[in-house]
Amino acid sequence: MTAEPSFFVSAPMAEKQFMMGNEVLARAARAAGATAMYGYPITPGSEILLWWAKESGSEQGKKDDMVFVQAEDEIGASFMLLGSTLAGRRSFTVTAGPGNILMQDAFSMAEAMRTPTVAFINMRGGPSTSTVIYSQSEVWLTAYGGNGNGYRIVYSTATLQELYDYGIKVFNIAWRYRFPTFLLSDGYQAKMMGEVELYDPQGKGIEMVPTERYLLEEKRDRPINEVVPKPEVHIRVQDGVEYSCYRNCLNLEEETLQVNMEIKEAWDKMAPEIEESETYGNAEAKVLVIAHGIVSQSAKAAIDATSGKARLFRPITINPFPRKALIEAARGAETIIVAESAINQLARIVRDALYDIQGPKMVEHFRPSIGIYPEEIVELIKNA
Amino acid sequence: MDAPVAQLAYPKCVRLESKPHLFCPGCGHPEVLKAFGFAVDDLGIQRRVAFGVDIGCSLLAYDFFNIDTIETHHGRTVPVMCGVKRGNPDAVAVAYVGDGGAYAIGMGGLLNAAIRDEKIFTIVVHNGVYAMTGGQEAPTTLPGTITATTPYGADNHFIKGPDLVRHVNPTAWVARGITTRQLALRDLVKEGLQHVIDGKGFAFLEVLSPCTLNWGTVEHPDKTFEILEGKLAKTFKLGYF
Repeated sequence: MTAEPSFFVSAPMAEKQFMMGNEVLARAARAAGATAMYGYPITPGSEILLWWAKESGSEQGKKDDMVFVQAEDEIGASFMLLGSTLAGRRSFTVTAGPGNILMQDAFSMAEAMRTPTVAFINMRGGPSTSTVIYSQSEVWLTAYGGNGNGYRIVYSTATLQELYDYGIKVFNIAWRYRFPTFLLSDGYQAKMMGEVELYDPQGKGIEMVPTERYLLEEKRDRPINEVVPKPEVHIRVQDGVEYSCYRNCLNLEEETLQVNMEIKEAWDKMAPEIEESETYGNAEAKVLVIAHGIVSQSAKAAIDATSGKARLFRPITINPFPRKALIEAARGAETIIVAESAINQLARIVRDALYDIQGPKMVEHFRPSIGIYPEEIVELIKNA
Repeated sequence: MDAPVAQLAYPKCVRLESKPHLFCPGCGHPEVLKAFGFAVDDLGIQRRVAFGVDIGCSLLAYDFFNIDTIETHHGRTVPVMCGVKRGNPDAVAVAYVGDGGAYAIGMGGLLNAAIRDEKIFTIVVHNGVYAMTGGQEAPTTLPGTITATTPYGADNHFIKGPDLVRHVNPTAWVARGITTRQLALRDLVKEGLQHVIDGKGFAFLEVLSPCTLNWGTVEHPDKTFEILEGKLAKTFKLGYF
């Protein structure tokens, strides 16, 4: 992309446009009411920084008090994101691969403090620097990275339209439930161009969940110590003013236990409300293909090409994983094919979800950091 | 502590319930925090301050004040407070960090916040060691000093933070103070706060401060004073940069 692409102009809403995935994501964040973006350039996510840099400096961007900061690295970007979110601003970042690794430090803190940070993860090749192109190998890192217990919400998108739909949704989910929330896509989705319907979410009746300050808040709808684990927040009042002091360093194992159990309790209450999945194809088919993200699109094409022999289960929330829906979908299946552009990242989650289910044999189709064509899955279905 | 008596000795924004404080006897942190508290009182900004403390001894200040406080993560206080300020431009965002948090693990964040001229006030407490983790070498440790990780003496190079900040930001407010001169320290803290209240950009104050525990001077205040004023203040110039 050049420094001044022609589509860097404010576009009218509620109409189909032809654009790149990264621009779709940038516009989704804007449509979701985000006003701050903190990032560090990395392929395949940099166009979001470029778009946000341009938009924040525009006349409308200034009017909307938009913030854009190119940080010194992903550590700086993610901790600025955390601070901005604590200040009550709808904020986000985008990263990939090695950048995703560096941001785990801040995401762990966000997890501990129930801070609704939002990050778009455009998976690239791995391990380490690898390729800038594509993979699905940041599933575990995104869902369970850090030194906590994986209490992060992760949506895996499959199409350009979903980048927009879920790009809006992640903000509302993050602020409703107060967990770090991720939109997990990949370099293919980020860099491909296609037709997308942009819309004003409020015009579509989507409820926009308001933000709230953790620091310097005068009045809260929900007491902050009902959100942040109790050992981590001390509220005190002086001269009728409420002051909030947050801890990230705990003294005792028992306090740490309490923090983790409070986070778990909130998570367990939330999980059934937000778990999402999709099924596709003949419900009686004996072959069940399990794929997420863009690979699920290949799987759909393969299912269409094998005339009713197979069906698809696609987890949309990777975390919390839609276990009940998977168990339901696995009923009657004789063969399960797990196809992913990684080794054993989705499959391990699937096995864990099906641990007490006897029956279907599992066929693994692991193609780390490379796209999966429908023909490959057709072959697997035929041989099942 | 008896409130009327305490109010004479403490700033109004100090939280009396958390006193006596958690720092070691003879530690310099309470001196810096006291100066900070009086400056906040004088400026009448108790409600506007967002106070970020690092990991290390500075974290013990998480409940020092009746001020909105966030205990962040080692070396990450500066970027967190940059985010707080960007997120809420009315906030007076203060990063309170040790010399390890500022100049080693957090150096990238600190220097780039200065380069971007972020409108935050950073206070670095310089005691020449990693204190909370048990007296290891810091980037400020002077040559030849025996620390837990330099049993044969520290190497010849060390950092001068304010010089570095001044180098990358010619318009920042930059100063160095010392805990032994409390009234001057209060004035410096006030000036730094005023710089960010006025929206002028980055403000940076380094404070030379004792770590009696790791210096081995808990029972020798004269030696503490000698190291601070006789050694540190002679190597690290006080005043404005």
